[in-house]
Amino acid sequence: MKKVMDFVVKENVRHGSQYALLRLSPVRSTMPPVAPGQFVQVEVPHSRTTFLRRPISINYADQRELWLLIRRAGAGTNALCDAEEGTVLNIVLPLGHGFSLDVKGHVLLVGGGVGIAPLLMLGKRLVTRGIDVKFLLGARTSTDVLQLDLFRQTGDTRVATEDGSLGHHGLVTTHPLLQQADIDHIACCGPMPMMKAVAAIARERGINCEVSLENRMACGVGACLCCVEDTVEHGNVCTCTEGPVFNINQLKWT
Amino acid sequence: MDLSVNIGKLRLQNPVMTASGTFGYGEEFADFIDLNRLGGIVVKGTTLAPRQGNPYPRMAETPSGMLNAVGLQNKGVDYFVNNIYPRIKHLDTAIVVNVSGASIEDYVGVCEHLQGLDCIAAIEVNISCPNVKQGGMSFGTTCQGAESVVSAVRKAWPGTMIVKLTPNVTDITEIARAAEGAGADAVSLTNTFLGMAIDVERRRPILSTITGGLSGPCIRPIAVRMVWQVSHAVKIPVIGLGGIMNGRDAVEFMLAGATAVQVGTANFIDPQVSVKIVDYITEYLQRHHLPNARALIGAMQVD
Ligand SMILES: Cc1cc2nc3c(=O)[nH]c(=O)nc-3n(C[C@H](O)[C@H](O)[C@H](O)COP(=O)(O)OP(=O)(O)OC[C@H]3O[C@@H](n4cnc5c(N)ncnc54)[C@H](O)[C@@H]3O)c2cc1C
Ligand SMILES: Cc1cc2nc3c(=O)[nH]c(=O)nc-3n(C[C@H](O)[C@H](O)[C@H](O)COP(=O)(O)O)c2cc1C
Ligand code: FES
Repeated sequence: MKKVMDFVVKENVRHGSQYALLRLSPVRSTMPPVAPGQFVQVEVPHSRTTFLRRPISINYADQRELWLLIRRAGAGTNALCDAEEGTVLNIVLPLGHGFSLDVKGHVLLVGGGVGIAPLLMLGKRLVTRGIDVKFLLGARTSTDVLQLDLFRQTGDTRVATEDGSLGHHGLVTTHPLLQQADIDHIACCGPMPMMKAVAAIARERGINCEVSLENRMACGVGACLCCVEDTVEHGNVCTCTEGPVFNINQLKWT
Repeated sequence: MDLSVNIGKLRLQNPVMTASGTFGYGEEFADFIDLNRLGGIVVKGTTLAPRQGNPYPRMAETPSGMLNAVGLQNKGVDYFVNNIYPRIKHLDTAIVVNVSGASIEDYVGVCEHLQGLDCIAAIEVNISCPNVKQGGMSFGTTCQGAESVVSAVRKAWPGTMIVKLTPNVTDITEIARAAEGAGADAVSLTNTFLGMAIDVERRRPILSTITGGLSGPCIRPIAVRMVWQVSHAVKIPVIGLGGIMNGRDAVEFMLAGATAVQVGTANFIDPQVSVKIVDYITEYLQRHHLPNARALIGAMQVD
């Protein structure tokens, strides 16, 4: 069941100058159940220039808290990153169709930049289901590697940075884990070029692979048909309802 | 409080409808509101054959609004009749089908498929979509075009027919009169305003179609003005829309001359806004000691 709810910022944890983790708690309402890979639509507080809500992945959620990990991309995400403790945010949730949980074998979760956000909760859920999970986190430089401690607490975590300041030197796609390890399933979220490169490797190696898309959205609930992705079987489908998570076999990526 | 209004023979339980293309088929909002509290739901533009719509990207945010270039993506009238209609027909609100086409035969064909469905309260003939290459808005920009579609649909649809007008014309009152003359029971206005946005860093258009339709509160004052003008130019009811964000805005359109209103883009900002507007109108009527919603129609006073 989708809801429109007010949340209050309990804590704004800044990660360097470019990211913020908002720890929110519901005001006079209870959290609906959410699945990893689902997202929320957040109203931008005190903004003179934005109009629509902003889609943000659920980083973590339980009955008392909702975490959003946000990167500054423009006016809307700036205002969200600057939201002080006590700010009330109006949020529509939970939205979309998340990652598959009924996966088997060795599972690799690949995240790039702020795209690691939905992978934390996904990893936790898979681990509780007794699945073997490894994380591979990519970033430009070490300060862009977010929530490393939390990932490490959840499972075996490898890092790749483009400048070599942490972990493997190079893009995640050149990491030995992705190139050689025994993997049955990949879940991936990050910048488009990264997801396309990971998808190409998965295809080549015959690994089942899901990616989370960030198409531009207006409503977030399947009403406006702005967010469509062209798919193999069904043509244009809404990323906000059929996605944001898609199996790469469904996408017309070249 | 009596909130009902009449659109020709059709009685709406209150003047608040949701606008085509912004509310899906209603079901998308069922988690958020009681759909039975709405005056009506205008469903997504429906065409004879399925349409894939325009390529992505289809949306650009603008100051106080947005541009869209959806291009009437829908699964066609047969799919609507067989799959969607059975799921929404029980709703206690007026279901209005927004009918679109590339040719007069298309419009007539959609109406023929809808005939015999008991729970279609009205059709809204969309001669105003700016996002399709053929038909759409081109029928709505000349009196002759409007007249030809409306009179053909009039023969194919005995029930209530609303004609939705485009604001992208020199004089919208002329088109409204042409629609009235050709048998429209009501006109709704406005559809979106033709607009455009460029990603200056990439030096590329933001929309795949370059131009798109502007909606949201940025268009409201122009839409209010047009509703006021049209309501003086025709005798049939006028349904007002364009940037309604709250109850105040809805009342503004009614004072300008609208018999009912439609809420569009605002549903994206607050999925509960439509029923909040119904509540506001009730409260407004009480506060102003007005007997019913009909007392608001054209009630602007010019001293
Ligand atoms: C399902 C989904 C989940 C997301 N999860 C997160 C998340 O967990 N954390 C996070 O920081 N961001 C996330 N995003 C991206 C985030 O929504 C955009 O960065 C944000 O909408 C940009 O708004 P803005 O006002 O800051 O920037 P704007 O000024 O609107 O845009 C700044 C730049 O971002 C680009 N942009 C605009 N909208 C989007 C979009 N929807 N996706 C990607 N780029 C866009 C624009 O082209 C522009 O170049 C997610 C997007 C989607 C669709
Ligand atoms: C995403 C989107 C899709 C739309 N699709 C349709 C449509 O299929 N048929 C139609 O007659 N109008 C369509 N419209 C126009 C709206 O119904 C309405 O006329 C317009 O948006 C102005 O009202 P608003 O500012 O309240 O949104 C669409 C508008 C938007 C934003
Ligand atoms: S964002 Fe409106 S349909 Fe997906």
